[in-house]
Amino acid sequence: MKDLTKISTILMGLTLTVFLFSCGGGDGKSAADRIKEQAQMEPADPYENWQSYDGVGPIQNFTLPGEIDQEMVANGKEVYDIKCTACHKAEKKFIGPSPKGILERRTATWVMNMILNPEEMVQKDPIAKKLFIEYNGSPMANQNLTEDEARAVLEYFRTL
Amino acid sequence: MNINKKILSILMALPFLFVIGSCSQGGNGGALGSSVADRVYVPPGEHDEFYAFISGGFSGQLAIHGLPSGRLFKVIPVFSVDAEKAYGFNEETKPLLNTSFGQIPWDDSHHPDLSQTNGEIDGRWCFINANNTPRIARISLSSFETEEIIELPNSAGNHSSSFVTENTEYVVAGTRFSVPIPQRDMPIDEYKGNFKGAISFISVDQETGRFDLSFQVIMPGFDYDLAHPGRGASHGWMFFSTYNSEEASTLMEVNASQNDKDFIAAINWKKAEELIASGDFETMPTEYAHNVYDESTHMATSTMKKEVRVLDASKYPGLVYLLPTPKSPHGCDVDPTGEYIIGSGKLSATLTAHSFTKMLDAIENEKFDGDAYGIPILNYDDIVGGVVQSGGLGPLHTEFDEKGNGYTTFFISSEVVKWKVGTWEVIDRQPTYYSVGHLMIPGGNSRKPFGKYVLAMNKITKDRYLPTGPELCQSAQLYDISGEKMELLIDFPTIGEPHYAAGAPADLIKPNQTKIYKLEENNHPYAAKSESETRVERDGKEVHIYMTTIRSHFAPDNIEGIKVGDKVYFHVTNLEQDYDVPHGVSIIGANTSELLIMPGQTETFVWEPKKEGVWPFYCTDFCSALHQEMQGYVRVSARNSNVPLKWTLDGE
Repeated sequence: MKDLTKISTILMGLTLTVFLFSCGGGDGKSAADRIKEQAQMEPADPYENWQSYDGVGPIQNFTLPGEIDQEMVANGKEVYDIKCTACHKAEKKFIGPSPKGILERRTATWVMNMILNPEEMVQKDPIAKKLFIEYNGSPMANQNLTEDEARAVLEYFRTL
Repeated sequence: MNINKKILSILMALPFLFVIGSCSQGGNGGALGSSVADRVYVPPGEHDEFYAFISGGFSGQLAIHGLPSGRLFKVIPVFSVDAEKAYGFNEETKPLLNTSFGQIPWDDSHHPDLSQTNGEIDGRWCFINANNTPRIARISLSSFETEEIIELPNSAGNHSSSFVTENTEYVVAGTRFSVPIPQRDMPIDEYKGNFKGAISFISVDQETGRFDLSFQVIMPGFDYDLAHPGRGASHGWMFFSTYNSEEASTLMEVNASQNDKDFIAAINWKKAEELIASGDFETMPTEYAHNVYDESTHMATSTMKKEVRVLDASKYPGLVYLLPTPKSPHGCDVDPTGEYIIGSGKLSATLTAHSFTKMLDAIENEKFDGDAYGIPILNYDDIVGGVVQSGGLGPLHTEFDEKGNGYTTFFISSEVVKWKVGTWEVIDRQPTYYSVGHLMIPGGNSRKPFGKYVLAMNKITKDRYLPTGPELCQSAQLYDISGEKMELLIDFPTIGEPHYAAGAPADLIKPNQTKIYKLEENNHPYAAKSESETRVERDGKEVHIYMTTIRSHFAPDNIEGIKVGDKVYFHVTNLEQDYDVPHGVSIIGANTSELLIMPGQTETFVWEPKKEGVWPFYCTDFCSALHQEMQGYVRVSARNSNVPLKWTLDGE
């Protein structure tokens, strides 16, 4: 299997190289310069482009309704107080980031996936990966919330 | 070109691999054949097919192994303290080891047995006996923790235990040593006729598993060695092997081996239930501890009970019959149909199979051959269903497969002998290394055995493993019994002395596993279920710290205002709600063990600081990349100091 993967990687690499070279010309730069330029370009900052990241996990394309559901907020606060406050505080950066204003930095879908599927998120999602490093490799604990509980916690975050 | 070559070579190799693969499926290469290794090899990340619950003998514990690999997964502390798991050291589990003799840190665990429904193992609980200070324990097969221990009054050397009736109506426990009942100061040489043996019937609540010592049958002063329940047609009866029907009290190896035959005692417990229900029993004052662990409070309590209901076997016709059985029978095993009761005369070469049908017939026609203390003795020739002429020496124990075969261990000749139930012919024999005691087939003492493997448990290993000084491990040996001949596959070391074991298909137990304890269901009186509930409270010289853990910090982690001479209780709640994330904790100079706290659980240890200073505590179970940072300090001041009580995390 490894070998086959290797072969397909090589094949893909070859195609890509051909493609890059064939693109050359037009703006006067040599193909080699173009490749160099490309390599020096910083990868896009996932924090900047947060709106395009929904994360990986059970939730897809979730949008919040306009109205805040106060009953859900109360439930969410209860869950948050028991299961999250050991690492997250609204008023300061603690073991993990503050959830205050989270929806100005992350999509609703991303927040729910981060709560429900933290192990895979820190391996695959660019924002979660960056956070993991920023917070000294302290793992986001999977507190085994249900989807309803995660949804309620998100509703509570809207009020912070 | 290169790539093509690579692909070509892979393609060429494939048929070759198939050829190799199909070779290793092969049959009976013997113990030296590579195919044997394949049959016990469980590849990394894959699971064993069976659980084996192997008694720890003089370790007092219960070991959980996988079969066929023999890998050891867990040692469940039952009757002995275990510093690794804080069992008997933390405040929550100390009451489990309480007895009418006070706190006892050790015992000798012998015979695990699994709960049954309709005569089939059901994966709910495992039971095991303490031999020395008589007790029975119940272990949850969801949490793999000891949940209950009940002491048995009037019993001594609780050996013919713990055996479960076919709907787990009772866990039955018989005394090995007869003693004065009630205990009293009397000359030992007045044993005969004065010492008695108590057989305990402990009822089991089908919902909670909770024990109740329902009644005891008081028997003549023999030694009650092993037991098994009737099943199928013989359900409602319990069978006990006995020795020392001579009622000797000294130089037993000679004096208890005089009679040509001892007995298997058949107790009709349905009859006993009727007597109890109709109020026809005596109530005897006594004292015994009943200890229960509550999964919701994460805490055990011990209650001292004051009386027991007894039935004197001599006074109730029809309650007990004695089945003459040659030469100090040890094992007492019942085949899956319930028809045959096998007595292994450990000083003879033969096995005796009593027929239940013939026994009932003899009882009905009152074909008695005298009595012992008013208990009818049946006539051997009227009840015997068959005899296995084994050719071995020192038969001990028998288990069964689902194909009508019995498997019996022979201690003196170190072998397992396979024989046919009904025809009594010997089919196969294989050596053990060495001096085998019990053996186990998963479900092998139920109506539905899983006869793929038999596990033989050996007392002596001598040259079998790397030597470890004068004390060597004992061992278990796994045989494949799927074919006509038994085949030795593997042997592996065990903890303590593996007396008996129980086994179950993994699929029966795996789906019911407890993975975490839910914080919202934690009713421990000293739990702190979030960091906002953490605090330190002083009550005179007693200080209670309500502490939490999560990867990777304690809250609080800086504590001041503790004084020399205080008694400090660390009540630590693990706030994690994820599978396999325990935290541990201890502090310098604690005269007790660490805590090892499962997700959502609360545990408590006591620390009595003796010196002024600032003393660190830390997490003892590697929990994350920041585990080494999981630490804190307690400031201890002089007794007369005015340092105020203060607790913080990150200055708050």
